[in-house]
Amino acid sequence: MSTTETKQQYKVIGTRPVRHDGVDKVTGRAVYGADVQLPGMLYGKVLRSPHAHARIKSIRTDKALALEGVKAVVTAADLPDSAGRSANLGELGEVPLQHISHNVLASGKVLYQGHAVAAVAATSAHLAEEALDLIEVEYEVLAPVLEVLQAMQENAPLLHEDLFTMELGQKSNRPSNIASHQTFQRGDLKAGFAAADHILEREYRSATVHQGYIEPHAATAVWNADGHFTLWCTTQGAFSMRTCVHQVLGIPVSKLKVIPTEIGGGFGGKIPAYGEPVAALLARKTRRPVKVVMDRTEVFLATGPTSGSYVKLKMGVKRDGRIVAAEAMLAYEGGAFPGAIVGAGGLCLLAPYNIENFVIDMYDVVVNKPKTAAYRAPGAPNSEHATEAMIDEFCDLLKMDPLEFRLKNAAKEGDVQANDVRYPRIGCIETLEAARASEHYRSKLTGPNRGRGVAAGYWMNAGLTSSVVARLNSDGTVTLAEGSTDIGGTRTSVAMQLAESLGIRAEDVIPSVVDTDSVGYTEVTGGSRVTYATGYAAYEAGQALRSQLIEQASKLWKVETERVLFEDGIFCDREDAARKISLPELAETLAHRSVDIRACITLTPQKAGGAFGVHIADVEVDPETGKVTVLRYTAVQDVGKAIHPSYVEGQMQGGVAQGIGWALNEEYVYNAEGRMQNASFLDYRMPTSLDLPMIETIIVEVPNPGHPYGVRGVGEVPIVPPLATIANAIAHATGVRLYELPMSPPRVVKAMQAKK
Amino acid sequence: MRAFDYAAPKSLKEAVALLDQRGDRARVLSGGTDLIVQVREKRRDLDLMVDVKRIPELLEIRYDATTGLTLGASVACNRIYEHPVVSRTYPGLVDAAFLIGGIQIQNRASLGGNLCNASPAADSIPALIVHRAVCVIAGPKGQRELPVEQFCVAPGRNALQTAELLVSFRIPSPPPRFGANYLRFIPRNEMDIAVVGCGVSLSLEDDLKTVAAARVSLGAVAPTPLLVAEAAAVLSSQPFSPEIVDKAAAAAQAAARPISDMRGTAEYRRHLVGVLTRRALLKAFERAQEVSHDR
Amino acid sequence: MTGKVRVSATINGEPADFLCEPRQSLLEVLRDELKMTGTKEGCNNGNCGACNVVFNGLLVNSCIVLAVEADGATVETIEGVMRPEGLHPLQTAFLENAALQCGICTPGFIVSAKALLEHKPKATEAEIRHWCAGNLCRCTGYDKIVRAILDAETRLEEAR
Repeated sequence: MSTTETKQQYKVIGTRPVRHDGVDKVTGRAVYGADVQLPGMLYGKVLRSPHAHARIKSIRTDKALALEGVKAVVTAADLPDSAGRSANLGELGEVPLQHISHNVLASGKVLYQGHAVAAVAATSAHLAEEALDLIEVEYEVLAPVLEVLQAMQENAPLLHEDLFTMELGQKSNRPSNIASHQTFQRGDLKAGFAAADHILEREYRSATVHQGYIEPHAATAVWNADGHFTLWCTTQGAFSMRTCVHQVLGIPVSKLKVIPTEIGGGFGGKIPAYGEPVAALLARKTRRPVKVVMDRTEVFLATGPTSGSYVKLKMGVKRDGRIVAAEAMLAYEGGAFPGAIVGAGGLCLLAPYNIENFVIDMYDVVVNKPKTAAYRAPGAPNSEHATEAMIDEFCDLLKMDPLEFRLKNAAKEGDVQANDVRYPRIGCIETLEAARASEHYRSKLTGPNRGRGVAAGYWMNAGLTSSVVARLNSDGTVTLAEGSTDIGGTRTSVAMQLAESLGIRAEDVIPSVVDTDSVGYTEVTGGSRVTYATGYAAYEAGQALRSQLIEQASKLWKVETERVLFEDGIFCDREDAARKISLPELAETLAHRSVDIRACITLTPQKAGGAFGVHIADVEVDPETGKVTVLRYTAVQDVGKAIHPSYVEGQMQGGVAQGIGWALNEEYVYNAEGRMQNASFLDYRMPTSLDLPMIETIIVEVPNPGHPYGVRGVGEVPIVPPLATIANAIAHATGVRLYELPMSPPRVVKAMQAKK
Repeated sequence: MRAFDYAAPKSLKEAVALLDQRGDRARVLSGGTDLIVQVREKRRDLDLMVDVKRIPELLEIRYDATTGLTLGASVACNRIYEHPVVSRTYPGLVDAAFLIGGIQIQNRASLGGNLCNASPAADSIPALIVHRAVCVIAGPKGQRELPVEQFCVAPGRNALQTAELLVSFRIPSPPPRFGANYLRFIPRNEMDIAVVGCGVSLSLEDDLKTVAAARVSLGAVAPTPLLVAEAAAVLSSQPFSPEIVDKAAAAAQAAARPISDMRGTAEYRRHLVGVLTRRALLKAFERAQEVSHDR
Repeated sequence: MTGKVRVSATINGEPADFLCEPRQSLLEVLRDELKMTGTKEGCNNGNCGACNVVFNGLLVNSCIVLAVEADGATVETIEGVMRPEGLHPLQTAFLENAALQCGICTPGFIVSAKALLEHKPKATEAEIRHWCAGNLCRCTGYDKIVRAILDAETRLEEAR
């Protein structure tokens, strides 16, 4: 069931062609990061700190270098000094270069277990590993701080002597683990709570969780004697990687070409640089290609999981269900360096609802854990979990249907968001209504120990800059070079938009993801922006090709361009039915005349559409063991316009699966020394096929006026609702509320026993 | 990984000689699903892996109603549950074989390897114990036997002396009216190490109600898998009833000495011992009755 | 320590001779020595299935099989799934059901599902989920993968 505002007839959009890169992927031919093989290639391995917090007193590499087969060793000393310098990451903002450089190779201190300290290049991966054992590092171990509230205390061990809190825009003068404090405020909180009939105050916690992509990071670097580097890597953004690496290495941007390989999952975690600068340094030192691939343990210890968090929420509602006041404190762990994505958490916290009085305080706090990176709607699952779970408690109190409550408060076009920006056309109400009308929601859930939960969620989605280059081939097909790396099938959704725009079949577009020399600047594949922004660029390219072709046809027939029509692959003259030429024929003619038909588009569309999801879950809880089984799950989401419905459904299902894992079993377990205890897929428990049911999807289409086909980003929204959807379902199955994630079996049992 | 040598002897004699030669620096390689990971993660150090998968005695499955089952130590789990006679006669063993990892693991992992690895949480060990399985061990001084419940001495350490290897299990033919079950608790549905494991076996008297003999064995709640005599004593000669099941479960809980680690707290584990013992006893009883009705 | 060992195996029906150290896994040798990079490394400890191959007729995690163990063995990898006349029905089913997003788990799943369907041509959804519990996917939530395997069963049956 879907809601469409204007019925558009599309030829390609809304169909389900086989993706263009599909055959390579089902045959094993596609080249992913670790598959890159170059003659003379060496293997790089990284030595990592066993301590969560320590000063590096000395590093001795001579024994490692003496091992047969070892060709080079590097440390932070091989990187240019980054003190006091800024890294300009383009649209991703400006950060102290030190925070990136020192994360790539530690300098002075190690700030988390797994922090890279040195790296080796050798003729085999096994030899490189043996060499690591021969590097001698002397540490002075320091007390670690491992939890966000603890890190905020006055007397907490400090990670950085030079980190001063940005307190509401002003830099403070005492070093702290609190990197920043921001706030969103509106109305009169006191008056709001005074008017409430019911007030609830709760604390919600989430453990550190990882994106869990199946492919570890891999980078291969080659250095030329003219100083030019080529870098193959599993990155979500070839240009942003290029920007980052050239600054870390201190080389001109023109001396670095980044070739993005196929990528085995990212979810935000493959945006930062880790092994890439290391591979480059080793390549330059050895004058041979060097491949640096992480193993799974390294991925857990030393990439960018998402923030562990503490959210304190207080809300007041009237007995008719209107929310009148909300007060929240969000404290998110940034890991070893500042950068917790707490601002997005604050922006999304109340996003589905129109509330007049609120104060949201947001803290970015460093702790001795790996530096966090984005994980699919970063910040939002943590915060919206709190709101959606608390709303469920209010619904119990008021004996109100949870969707009716949300509809009573639902945000709509013109309402003002927490950051004072007005909502354009949004589909919150439509999505809630679709959930209410769904077969799942209307069905009865029967049986003991079973319960149903619902929750909503929002993500703002990004625009940013995208580029494509489209060229007509002599057979009438179009080669489309895309600047966006493809982590889920977007090269096809982008190609489909060009096909629709130009008026050809999806099969007649040949899309590829290209390197930084071959297309204009393109921002990362993240923020659910590719189908929107790169798709928009492809649409423009289609329009440009169309108009060039019409012009060429008009020249061919010596008539005005207004007379030429292009439809169903045929150009014809409005005023002369006999004049027809097919696109392949015209393309061949133009090729013979050396006429080049091409479009180079770079654009930064401004109106990405935020989107909402509403999820419904039925669970069964084993009261003796606390094990939760998800019996049935439905995800309802406003996607604006589903370009390729199968991949839209897939994004929804994937976000749900990650959300369920986060809700039930995933967490980083640390010991008192700050060492992760479960850095493997054995004990970091992601859902397997046996842990999930089929995931039903309902696509709602409230077109985004900011895109020619109405596209809204789809990838991130679906990870937001599951945390509270599952928490609420457990509450209805057991009568017990859990406030800490994951809601693992022992916690469920403990809560149920406490209730008795 | 640190470098090591590899040998694949074709006879027991050859295997023992190789192990004798290298002593503690050699280790038997069966399915490799534990050993290779341990060496890779530097949790075990060795100079020689002796692959025993070409030695006939370690791969045999032989059943005889009088003498019972001879199960080679390196028989992969999948051969156990796909064997028509074994799967019919020893469903309680099949329970365990079917739970060790996923299909890919079961096609390689063996009960012998699982036992020799001596993890307190091993899935096969409680099941073997409640079937009264006996280990057949070969070494430089000849062969000897040891009940499975005496095989593990500490977490990761077994009773094999230098240069000895586990050849096979001798599992008695089930007595009349026998039922066994192995259950474990894991947070997901597959692929996890047991938080608690419980194996139970019962044989009933003619009346199909009184317990003639019982065994209860627990995994993951002590440094080694436990054979809980107290729980068996509670059941022995008693008519099977909810009360007796509760008493046996309580005895099992009392015998458990769980620790708290990242897979579970001591408190939660102790709680689960009660839950699983109860459930396993009910299932074993059901199987004992079914087997009797089949005859 | 002895140096490299000579191994003679049959891979996807072709003889494959190679030299390797005992410490190299079958996965490493397939990828680094034989340049058959279709089989992937996800975890290197037998927990994700990305490295699945069929070894002597049985589905295994090649990351925890030593390459030296492959002497005299038959190995089937993702590179051997495609048929002379075109894609295997499983591969077609994966494509048409959009059962992949990033695609890194896909070779492992296809090898695993092919082994399942040869063992049990009419596996139910529950049996498929159980069999594939050792194949992790982080992108799809498994829904479309399971549907693709069910679809492949129909295609294979029709072909018979």
